[in-house]
Amino acid sequence: MLAVMRGVIVRDLTLAWRRRSDVFTSMIFFVIVASLFPLGIGPEPKLLLAIGPGVVWVAALLASMLALSRLFASDYADGTLEQMLLAATPLSVIVIAKVIAHWIAANLPLVLIAPLLGLQFGLPADALAVLALALALGTPSLSLIGAIGAALTLGLRGGGVLLALLVLPLYAPVLILGSLAVEATAAGLFAQPYLLLLAALSLGALSLAPWAVSAALRISYE
Amino acid sequence: MIYIKLSLPNALQDSAMPSATPPTTPHGINWFKYSSPQAFFPVAGALAPCFAVLAAVLCVVGLYIGFFIAPNDAQQGESYRIIFIHVPAAWMSMLIYLVMAFWAGMGLAFNTRLSGMMATALAPTGAMFTFLALWTGALWGKPTWGTWWVWDARLTSELLLLFLYFGFMALQAAIDDPRRADKAGAVLALVGVINIPIIYFSVQWWNTLHQGASVSLKSAPTMAMTMFTGMMVMVFACWAYAIAAALWRVRCIILERERRSDWVNAYLEAQK
Repeated sequence: MLAVMRGVIVRDLTLAWRRRSDVFTSMIFFVIVASLFPLGIGPEPKLLLAIGPGVVWVAALLASMLALSRLFASDYADGTLEQMLLAATPLSVIVIAKVIAHWIAANLPLVLIAPLLGLQFGLPADALAVLALALALGTPSLSLIGAIGAALTLGLRGGGVLLALLVLPLYAPVLILGSLAVEATAAGLFAQPYLLLLAALSLGALSLAPWAVSAALRISYE
Repeated sequence: MIYIKLSLPNALQDSAMPSATPPTTPHGINWFKYSSPQAFFPVAGALAPCFAVLAAVLCVVGLYIGFFIAPNDAQQGESYRIIFIHVPAAWMSMLIYLVMAFWAGMGLAFNTRLSGMMATALAPTGAMFTFLALWTGALWGKPTWGTWWVWDARLTSELLLLFLYFGFMALQAAIDDPRRADKAGAVLALVGVINIPIIYFSVQWWNTLHQGASVSLKSAPTMAMTMFTGMMVMVFACWAYAIAAALWRVRCIILERERRSDWVNAYLEAQK
């Protein structure tokens, strides 16, 4: 089972590496969205410091969501996904492997570049560290919950917008806790409770979401 | 219990063949009889008008109590009277989502078509009550808090609930095959049901502007008895309305989906 997991992760990462421009596109999207806010709101440092954590989180949410359609689409198009459904390995295990690979390819770059964006908004150094940590703890649950939406909308017309409608309301708790963690640090308070809750959300999603994703995938192949 | 097990194959067979007659078991009640759309259709037709009449009567009684019997509020004056629709609508918005998720889960577990149809039929009513709760809340917030909208935890979660309803309906609308639409919607409803406890406990978690619950099962209500009576009558009116609307809608869905079966054609012929 672990061999299958490793195989799927390596395969998906290789595929992502061969199509590096996809990864860079969502990263650049993340940077552009976050950079547009100061242009729209004005360069007032106090204001930027106040909205910074939330803006970076919202941009990360959107960038992570835009990458979701890549999760199953190409495997669905060329029939690989059907073979995964037929495989002897439990589908939820394959799903976990695919989500891990997707997280590394699509969300890890966001985690790494986020401190740079935080710097643009004038966040203090410890808040930058907490921002990266909160994103690292929170984005796995985004990938896991998003995988449910991606599986449900597989092969539907208007999939992209529909996916946003399904997934974004479910992202709300992660957004709230994630930006609260950064804001608390910037205000000199403890971020630990929020980080723990973010980790709890990710672990809860890890234990429940793969089942929902496999059920949704089987439904779309009926 | 054993009767349910005995009759399960019949019910599944029945749901696979819409034109088959409902199964009858010689012992006890066959709980699965009414899981067949054909058997449920006339029952829904008989129950829906009863609940509609009940809803109208309760609504008149509740509004009479609310407008003419219940006293003024010491702080809020007359403006509090919107509670008689606001609180029932907010309760119904959450309850209907739970009922919808229940039917969705039943549909996934027992593979019965009627369960999915019930979930589909409940969604628009639930979305309507959610919208009503937000709308009346805005109307109530203006005179008492001085603002139409605040980003309070409970309001925000109610708004998210509305988005969940929209997502459920949009997903089902995007899928052409009704069976796939039912199952995909069921998965989404079960995932979304996690949001209901967040709504309910959000007042305790992020205690902000919204007042805490005035009514609980453990303690006596903190409001006057007539206010409480009027509100509860309105709650039951909303229940009856929701049941009537869902039954009416499920009848339309049954006719639409079973339009190729003999019994629907016979029914439509008889209607002419």
